[in-house]
Amino acid sequence: MVGRELTDTTSAPRLEMQGVSKRFGATIALADVGIKVSPGRVHSLVGENGAGKSTLMKVLSGAVKADAGRMWLDGKPFSPGNPLDARRQGVAMIYQELSLAPHLTVEENVMLGMEPAAAGFIRRGQERRRVVEAISHFDHPEIRPDVKVSKLSVAARQLVEIARALAIGCRVLVLDEPTSSLTRRDVKRLFELIEHLKKEGMAIVYISHFLEEVQQVADEVTVLRDGNVVGTRLQSEMTTDDMIGLMVGRKVEDLYPRSARIPGEVVLDFAGLAGMKRPVSAGLQLRRGEVLGIAGLMGAGRTELLRALFGLDPVRRGTIRMGVYSGAATPARRWIQGMGMLSEDRKEEGLALSLAITDNVTLSRLRGFGPMGMVLPRRQEERTRHWIDKLDIRCRSPKQKVLDLSGGNQQKVAFARMLQHDVDVLLLDEPTRGIDVAAKAGVYKLIDELACGSVEAGRNPRAIMMVSSYLPELMGVCDRIAVMCRGRLGPAHPVNEVDEHRLMLEATGQEMNA
Amino acid sequence: MTDDIRANADSLERQMKMPSGVNRAELLNIVGPVLALLTVYGFFAIFVPSFRYAANIPNIARQTTPVAIAALGMTLVIICAGIDLSVGSLIALGSVVIAWLLEYGHMDPLVAAVGGIAVCALFGMLSGLIITGLRVVPFIVTLGMMLLVRGIAMFIAREQKIDTPYTWLTELMAVLPAERKWMWFPPGVWIAIVLAVIVAVMLRYTRLGRHIFAVGSNEMTARLCGVSVSLVKVVVFTLSGVFAGIASLMYFSRLTVGDPSGGMGFELDVIAAVVIGGGSLSGGEGSVLGTLVGAGIMGVILAGCQQMLLPSYVQMIVTGLIIIAAVALDRLRHRKTS
Repeated sequence: MVGRELTDTTSAPRLEMQGVSKRFGATIALADVGIKVSPGRVHSLVGENGAGKSTLMKVLSGAVKADAGRMWLDGKPFSPGNPLDARRQGVAMIYQELSLAPHLTVEENVMLGMEPAAAGFIRRGQERRRVVEAISHFDHPEIRPDVKVSKLSVAARQLVEIARALAIGCRVLVLDEPTSSLTRRDVKRLFELIEHLKKEGMAIVYISHFLEEVQQVADEVTVLRDGNVVGTRLQSEMTTDDMIGLMVGRKVEDLYPRSARIPGEVVLDFAGLAGMKRPVSAGLQLRRGEVLGIAGLMGAGRTELLRALFGLDPVRRGTIRMGVYSGAATPARRWIQGMGMLSEDRKEEGLALSLAITDNVTLSRLRGFGPMGMVLPRRQEERTRHWIDKLDIRCRSPKQKVLDLSGGNQQKVAFARMLQHDVDVLLLDEPTRGIDVAAKAGVYKLIDELACGSVEAGRNPRAIMMVSSYLPELMGVCDRIAVMCRGRLGPAHPVNEVDEHRLMLEATGQEMNA
Repeated sequence: MTDDIRANADSLERQMKMPSGVNRAELLNIVGPVLALLTVYGFFAIFVPSFRYAANIPNIARQTTPVAIAALGMTLVIICAGIDLSVGSLIALGSVVIAWLLEYGHMDPLVAAVGGIAVCALFGMLSGLIITGLRVVPFIVTLGMMLLVRGIAMFIAREQKIDTPYTWLTELMAVLPAERKWMWFPPGVWIAIVLAVIVAVMLRYTRLGRHIFAVGSNEMTARLCGVSVSLVKVVVFTLSGVFAGIASLMYFSRLTVGDPSGGMGFELDVIAAVVIGGGSLSGGEGSVLGTLVGAGIMGVILAGCQQMLLPSYVQMIVTGLIIIAAVALDRLRHRKTS
């Protein structure tokens, strides 16, 4: 299923990659991949995690040597030895995890490694001029040359990185998931900047999971699957559904399984809940056997709500009843009461990455693994192996470090901990963040099974409260959805009574006028 | 669109015409530590009469100079997110080499001094090369160096102190004779002050200085941007050796013997001075002025406790508390600003 070749009539491509192939051991990461990017155009790369986007970009930036294939930059052969080499030749990557020196100022960061100097002494005047020129491409109030980068917001830092790329004179700008941690307003700003850079003749490669954004900024779209190009088309000829279809190679509806769920008794009941800043006021009743979604914009206080319920953040006002227990409690108590939480920050908070799978799974409850409170590794591993089979965690052994696993498998380990602890109420914060579509499907299936009690025979259905920023996912998985806006939680709507438009209005606080 | 940008650039330029560098936050960074030093000094002035006389200051400066000089090198190392534990042993080795060259080599004092410094520089460079070449963390490498260098000093000195004839080296740190009182400080202290200025200028106005901060702040970025990280590290550890060597010269000047078991725990005083002065062990932060103030505070406490005839354990306890308080205060300030 190869899309028809783009008939490029406008100009010679700024960047051309042809027949790029790369194997890692037995896995084929890239198989004969080719793309063309023209000056003044945005070329978007989409695909699941593991489809080969990042490997392709690593080849482009010189971090990885391809086994075969050639590249041209403005018609000249281009084969960078390392990222620094690529930057010097004009291909700059803006990485997902931003790479700035936080202790240095904006000016020092932008000019790092290319400070104009005489006899080792930096020429400040000349340096300042170049920096001012680079940052004049965007109008951002936070960014001034003398401000330390650690004082800047994420969005501003990203712009500083782009300024650095501009200062070095890059001709191809690669943006890797640039909007994943930006607010709506900053995204808009970024898109304006992209528009502006296009006019200046920059060739831009844009990688994103957010297909709506791709629709907005891209001129051409290349879809990758399993290391192959499955289609390159003009953006105007491709809908998001087309993209998903190409990415996944199957229909979207199959993504969200939904078994018959029977709501049971109320297990979590809170009202008038307020934290230090967020939430302002929240109340809900969560029943066994249902999946309840919390929608809302970033900063609305959804994560803070879960944290307050779980005892990670202080509760200022309001009542909470969890099973037969009432009142706020520490996380340790919550575990005992049968509540588990899945953090949105898997790497920092959710898992101990340098520990083994088995240690992570059993971390919250180390009882019953030996006599007199001893923890016998053999029994620990036995239990872990049970969950590895049950949840289909791809690993070599229970002793493998979580660090080595893919995002999707890491998430399953985090789920396994809650199941091992045998909790009744699962608080899930962005459970599919940063994992690929196939792994997402696995998570949706697991949530469904937990809600209808079919993970283990004879086990009651669980109650699930799930925060997500991706509305289609909430619509697909949840039974009821409540929207949070500026710290206030709205009423929970049965999912068949709302649509995405209505939820969006509520999330942006426009529900009254609608 | 381009007109917009031109206008934008102009307005930015206008905003930025202020003297590059010193703004209000930085002023606070300069005034704060100095105030802290004055406060500690003032505290002792209440209890110790001798603290009320200007003549006390050169005494404290003399005592503090070796730590302060070695701390200049340590400042660079710590900004660059490293640590150098071998400094104390280098003090011993440097003094032993100088004494050996004077006593057995019958060398000119200047040659002996340069020889001592050069040997220390060499070992500093060796640390740097091992750290970058074999990719072992600085803590371990310099921990090994600490023992290795101490052993070599012991070997050279046959585990005994080396007495030396009187040379002008002794005058570097001696109390000034009456006819030269106008110098205020002995030459060694002036050397320290000049070195401090050089290091401060280097950190602020040269590429090397900026690259040291960049490597300490985010090594990967520095590498990506074309900073030769290994070279920066080797230079920094070599400089740490150089400054330890100069410190050992001052140390020798005060004792006039080469002492292979001298300078035990000296490296901790040096690290403490940097940390009190705002250096962060995770890199990217530190300043010459802060380090000097840190060394000064420790020197004032030492002198104060001695002149109050307090037992040495009091001085230890107080210094310990100051170290913790200084760092805690610094963290608090950081949390406020961010």
